[in-house]
Amino acid sequence: MLLYIAPVFLPLIGAAITGLFGRFLGDRPSQIISCGAMGLAALASIFVFNNVVMQGEVQQIFLFNWMTSGSFQVDWALRIDELTAMMVFTVSIVSFLIHVYSIGYMAHDSSIPRFFSYLSLFTFFMLALVTSDNFLQLYFGWEGVGLVSYLLIGFWYKRPAANAAAIKAFIVNRVGDFGFGLGILAIYVAFGSVSFDTVFAAAPEKVGSEFEFLGHYFDVLTVICILLFVGAMGKSAQFLLHTWLPDAMEGPTPVSALIHAATMVTAGVFLVARTSPLFEYAPIALAVVTVIGATTAIFAATIAITQNDIKRVIAYSTCSQLGYMFFACGVSAYSASIFHLTTHAFFKALLFLGAGSVIHAMSDEQDMRKMGGIWKAIPLTYMLMWIGSLALAGIPFFSGFFSKDVILESAFAASTGLGHYAFAAGIAAAVLTAIYSWRLIILTFHGKPRADEKVMAHVHESPPIMTVPLILLAVGAIISGYLLLPMVGTETDFWGTSILVLPHHHALEGAHHVDFWVKALPTIVAVIGILAAYFLFLAKPQLPALLAERLRPLYLLSFNKYYFDELYDWAFVRPMKYLGHGLWKQGDGGVIDGVGPDGVAATAVAIARRVVRLQTGYVFHYAFLMLAGVAVIITWFLILG
Amino acid sequence: MTDWPILSTVTFLPLLGAAFILLIRGNEATVARNSRHVALWTTVATFAISLLLIAGFDTTTAEFQFEEFTPWLPEFGIGYHLGIDGISVFFLLLTTFLVPICIISCWQAVQTRVREYMIAFLVLETFMVGVFCSLDLMMFYIFFEGQLIPMFLIIGIWGGARRVYSAYKFFLYTLVGSVLFLLAILFMYFQTGTTDIPALMSHVWTPAMQTWLWLALFASFAVKLPMWPFHTWLPDAHVEAPTAGSVILAGILLKMGGYGFLRFSLPMFPDASEFFMPFIFALSVVAVIYTSLVALMQQDMKKLIAYSSVAHMGIVTIGLFTFTGQGIEGGIFQMLSHGVLSAALFLIVGVIYDRMHSREIAAYGGLVHRMPVYAFVFMVIMLASIGLPATSGFVGEFLIFVGVFQVNTWVAMLGLTGVILGAAYMLWLYRRVIFGELTKENLKSIKDLNMREIGFFAPLVVLALFMGIYPKPFLDVLHVSVENLIAQTEMARMGGAEVVADLVPDALAKVLR
Repeated sequence: MLLYIAPVFLPLIGAAITGLFGRFLGDRPSQIISCGAMGLAALASIFVFNNVVMQGEVQQIFLFNWMTSGSFQVDWALRIDELTAMMVFTVSIVSFLIHVYSIGYMAHDSSIPRFFSYLSLFTFFMLALVTSDNFLQLYFGWEGVGLVSYLLIGFWYKRPAANAAAIKAFIVNRVGDFGFGLGILAIYVAFGSVSFDTVFAAAPEKVGSEFEFLGHYFDVLTVICILLFVGAMGKSAQFLLHTWLPDAMEGPTPVSALIHAATMVTAGVFLVARTSPLFEYAPIALAVVTVIGATTAIFAATIAITQNDIKRVIAYSTCSQLGYMFFACGVSAYSASIFHLTTHAFFKALLFLGAGSVIHAMSDEQDMRKMGGIWKAIPLTYMLMWIGSLALAGIPFFSGFFSKDVILESAFAASTGLGHYAFAAGIAAAVLTAIYSWRLIILTFHGKPRADEKVMAHVHESPPIMTVPLILLAVGAIISGYLLLPMVGTETDFWGTSILVLPHHHALEGAHHVDFWVKALPTIVAVIGILAAYFLFLAKPQLPALLAERLRPLYLLSFNKYYFDELYDWAFVRPMKYLGHGLWKQGDGGVIDGVGPDGVAATAVAIARRVVRLQTGYVFHYAFLMLAGVAVIITWFLILG
Repeated sequence: MTDWPILSTVTFLPLLGAAFILLIRGNEATVARNSRHVALWTTVATFAISLLLIAGFDTTTAEFQFEEFTPWLPEFGIGYHLGIDGISVFFLLLTTFLVPICIISCWQAVQTRVREYMIAFLVLETFMVGVFCSLDLMMFYIFFEGQLIPMFLIIGIWGGARRVYSAYKFFLYTLVGSVLFLLAILFMYFQTGTTDIPALMSHVWTPAMQTWLWLALFASFAVKLPMWPFHTWLPDAHVEAPTAGSVILAGILLKMGGYGFLRFSLPMFPDASEFFMPFIFALSVVAVIYTSLVALMQQDMKKLIAYSSVAHMGIVTIGLFTFTGQGIEGGIFQMLSHGVLSAALFLIVGVIYDRMHSREIAAYGGLVHRMPVYAFVFMVIMLASIGLPATSGFVGEFLIFVGVFQVNTWVAMLGLTGVILGAAYMLWLYRRVIFGELTKENLKSIKDLNMREIGFFAPLVVLALFMGIYPKPFLDVLHVSVENLIAQTEMARMGGAEVVADLVPDALAKVLR
């Protein structure tokens, strides 16, 4: 039992020690403690993976009762099945590598213990999220990772931009959580429980039953699944609720890699996969997931091609890749989705940390317009970025190739209108993915240096404490696709009962039997994209500016992220402030006080002034009080007597 | 042990302390020092004794426990009757817990009329404890209204610049409500010939009487709670009150309205309560959204927290009127949690007010650089206040929503929007006060929390987390009493809400439907 608890609670212990006593311990001991705890957790997670996935020993561990009120009962408990074990494995390994990398990256920061404490705390919440046994505990982890994300985005709290981004992330996530919360309530009302076992077992019986929601009757499972998905949209930065993720890049780069690429943002995907026993019976909800996922995939990719901040390009890329994972879920290919989640965790963390290494080399410069011509100075980073990009683009034998292909094939094999939409969007996004990835590589590493001489003189390769984790991630980015291929195999029973796919949802099965052109197309478009990027940004570097000029409205739309921030500011933020101010001054001050107490008080004081001539100082208060008291008592006795 | 009147001891020990302070002789400094010590030790002893109540509490029965009864005015059917059940015991403990913290918090802040200040607090404690353990309506009323007097004095004498206006506003508002309350009590007395609460609970009122009595009580409780639109006294009272006054106001006095609903309105007038349910829901939902929006725009920290209190109490009333176990238990839990959190928030403001003498948000910024411990405490309390899971704020809120979702999904949805807004105004407040560069000259020498301050924040922080991670001990005490309350309301319900509707004037019924 201890083995299964260890990966979850070791990071918490590390976080508590470094957080509470870090200032007294000093930087180095704090690093050792948090990395040590995290390393042990990662080690334990390997055993957990072996026991649960390889040996099939699913674990359920009861800790203690959380709350009980009538029939509403929730426990703190761990549930470690195949899906969870896979997530625990990915999260703790990636987290450990990023912990180590951070020792180097954050070496010059003034609050190192705080940083490591947050990082470990995040890992704890993330692991609590994936190991939860019921919806409410999942919500605990969910809010917890959101909190630490808020703390880490705003880690450099001197910067106003970082603070603003942190709050934005929290609030946008709260909008998603609003849906998630309602979803949990609906689950309780429909099922009388929030525990996974009970809910999932009862799901088939609920097919077709309706309940009243906001004055109308709806299908229970559809409502529940859509509400849960709203939560997933917030956390995974899907279309409409995506605005926080690019801003979140204000946080330190290891944070972007761990939280905003590899783990936390994939929690939404995990949620949908976890609740597959509900989604499977809610075809409308699945359709919504497909549409939103596919739209996000293409939408975010069109923004990524015009951004100039190296981290923002990767952030939009993450957004887009999460879209792939969602539409995979939407066509019931959950295992393909989790497969991509895992490979993505490796190569996207690699890309972010590689970008971090570049930023480190360029004296904290993030604007690609001020980079260029540095590949010879930092060859190792350059090579690692290539590996990450190849995996992302889905070039054969790199991990992304296996996982992205199976997603696109599944979408095609679903042979529904929406499936084909997702397939088309996915292919289009794949072209764009290749273009923006190589645009990033070319602008960053090739061409003439655009930084000033002082920066250029200082360009240097990162220390081994940073590059070794990068190399390990690169190994993962290369081999994880091939190694984990059984996840989507049809012969092996990788997932046990942790993911439910109804027999007539055969997209994944069909993915193995699609025509050759479907299998080849993703690779072909990726190669075309790379060549296009080469042509546009290296061979004819004057072309992009010309294109931007010709297609100015489109360019501006993409460059300004479709004006979503401005739209939300206009539609929500400003009206709310206006309303708040108006209600305060006009509502409270004008109407309520004017009619009520101030009017009455004015009259009372006026009368009192005439009666009593002792209106100055405290005496007046006492007198008024005594009068009031006496009046009450006399009235009482008079009426009573 | 068994015949030792614990409740009377807890109720009147503070009064004894007050009397003792009156006897202190000497020069001003001596009197001040001794008054402080006497007040502190009296309240600590009171708290210690009150712990016996929970230690000896029987969670298997809904009967009143630790009962004490002495005929007082037997010819009028009025008795000295004390007792507690699962609903009241924690309110009582919250009171005895917060008062010593208040005394410590104003150890240095209050320098004028220390003796009178301490007496006012001790008298106030007696009244507050009395409210929660009175089982006689007359006694309840005396305690309930009596606490206005020390509170009025605390605001009016030790308050800020506009203290007189605020004190009057506070007093007038509550007085209007209490007049109607008194009328209701007299009416009930003439109908039944007794003011004994358990006796009154078993009395069955006709629907018409229920309606009018319910409205009369509502007037008093809605002001106390406060519910929108009777809330405007609260921001003013808080802004002008000294820190400890705000703590008591937000921590305990606001809970009296909710307690009143639980003790009287729900069990005694169940038909009327059910009939007015949509009305309460409407006011509460407006309160949650309206005051959250207003809170967003505040420039004064205390006002912001005051408005947030109104929003939180709005969620409480939603829970109480769901008539579900989860809703009511959640409502009670949320009141307890809010008692701890709002107390802590006002103390947090008090700490920097003591140092800089400003409540303006704009006067601060970047405090984390000089005050890391303070920033940590503020962070935990803020997170609990916006209801993050595993904090006390979450448990109550979530149970309430579990309750209300079963009754009305619109209310649940609109209430939940308050959760988003709640996060917005608290995070924004925190950012403006704590984060950013430390640029203001006068803040550059500000000091972090001292040991005294850490001492009174520590229990609050621990409680905020403990109640969130392991709320079971608290909820266990509530179960039987709440179940009994629901059973009572169901049993007493004669013909259902429709009967009430027939007897309410048509116009009023139309508005409420």
